[in-house]
Amino acid sequence: MSLLDIRNISVRFGGVHALEQVSLNLCQGEILGLIGPNGAGKTTMLRVITGVVKANNGEVNLDGELLNTMPIHIRVNKGLGFAQQLVSPFREMTLAENVALAAGAKHTCYPWRSMFRVERREAMRESRKWLAKVGIEDAANSFPNSVPLGFLKRMEVARVLAMHPRMLLLDEPLAGLNQVEATAFADILVELNRQGQTILLIEHNLAEVRRICTRLVVLDNGRKLAEGSPDDVLKESSVLEAYIGQGNIHAEN
Amino acid sequence: MGYEISLLTIMGISIIGSLSLNLITGFCGQVSLGHVAFVGIGAYTASLLTKADTPFFVALLAGMLLAGTFGVMVGLASLRVRHDFLAITTMGVNFVFLGVVRQQEWLGGELGVSSIPDPGFGKSGFLALVLGCVILVALLSLQIRRSWMGYVFEAISGDEDTARMLGLDVSRYKLIAFALGTALAGLSGGLYAHHVRFIYPDSFAFVESITLLAMVVIGGNGSIWGVILASALLSVLPQWFQFIGDYKLLLYGSLLFAVMRFSPGGLAGLAQSLFPNSQKTFAPKENQ
Repeated sequence: MSLLDIRNISVRFGGVHALEQVSLNLCQGEILGLIGPNGAGKTTMLRVITGVVKANNGEVNLDGELLNTMPIHIRVNKGLGFAQQLVSPFREMTLAENVALAAGAKHTCYPWRSMFRVERREAMRESRKWLAKVGIEDAANSFPNSVPLGFLKRMEVARVLAMHPRMLLLDEPLAGLNQVEATAFADILVELNRQGQTILLIEHNLAEVRRICTRLVVLDNGRKLAEGSPDDVLKESSVLEAYIGQGNIHAEN
Repeated sequence: MGYEISLLTIMGISIIGSLSLNLITGFCGQVSLGHVAFVGIGAYTASLLTKADTPFFVALLAGMLLAGTFGVMVGLASLRVRHDFLAITTMGVNFVFLGVVRQQEWLGGELGVSSIPDPGFGKSGFLALVLGCVILVALLSLQIRRSWMGYVFEAISGDEDTARMLGLDVSRYKLIAFALGTALAGLSGGLYAHHVRFIYPDSFAFVESITLLAMVVIGGNGSIWGVILASALLSVLPQWFQFIGDYKLLLYGSLLFAVMRFSPGGLAGLAQSLFPNSQKTFAPKENQ
């Protein structure tokens, strides 16, 4: 059975069809790549899953449970861990504090009780563990404004991991990184997956997508274009056409 | 001696009022330009109840509860609007409050409520009560600041969309900030009414909301000790120097401008830059 099951999702923004009857599923333990050219509807799909955008039609199920009517924080607490395309650290907190806030969910899930809970050492210990896992433990006490983008991207993944999500939803985690950083980051994702973490990855870096994903779903103009193993999907003419245009395919041929 | 006691009492009441706004604006990042409306709700409720022979502390508590209830209602608006729009909404709350109390005969209309009963503690006793409340409110602020609730408030203040993505129930936390902050504003109102023993609509005019906001911003948004210091200074200056009272809006406006331009962290930010090793708990947000 799929961990995440998305059925017939349609989203319209005014007269624009951002997604039309798109279905996809994500199985436990896989890295699914959701790819497509700009404007394909990938980020919209992720926002539908997390509840930021409401779908006009369709269902989002997590382990058989319908999420459609649940607010964002409930979906997150059910196991969706979302790292956004644009990094959004809390800039007045250190990297360790950013992650510790996520690690302290048992203290923050009951707002009134949280007033009487002060102890943060355990959450800070856990925070350092996750920062070490993504390779930036040395920057734990730094503030977001003083570290490079690659560190912030890693911190965001550590922050999501600290919530022990059942799946990671990553929106272009490699964007803005140079090839060395991107490869190192992709290796971290592979290692997390090897340890059992399920990942849904939106990414434009097709070399890394091909290298690390177990399966791909391709969107174009809000519709599902292709689905299958990375090698097969990236050879399909419809996919190549969507990415580089029909004329260019002929030119390359 | 009576004058000094009265001055200290007013100072204490102002500190409670500004610390209550600091919970909403400083800690949780929700702008409120109409906070004095909740001070007014507490003042009117408590004074009308004591005039109807209700025991003083029961009346004070009722003022807090009613102010807190209205605060939650305004907090519900904060779930739908943010930033500038929230500022305008809360400003509107102040004007609605004034519009209602001016028109209602049973609230005293333009003449207000006079002959509010003396709580019977004497001037020194009442000062001790006010100072006790100041200490309790400051301790509550400190506790919130160092607890997980303060941690979440800081996150909401920084970026509430990201806070939601961490599974935090942002709406409930914001409502708690409004409930606590406005209930404490109600407390300061009840104390104020029983100190001056005469209240009328202009006691809670928009300029008083700006005064409270000036105390928070000049002290250092989110800083407990900075806000206490700024409130103490700004509440007694108009009493000491008559001309400051005459030019209150001009002075506070200029001070707000100067703080924004030269020291966005307020007095606490200034202290933090002079003593960078001082504890984070006492620092304003900009300097953490």
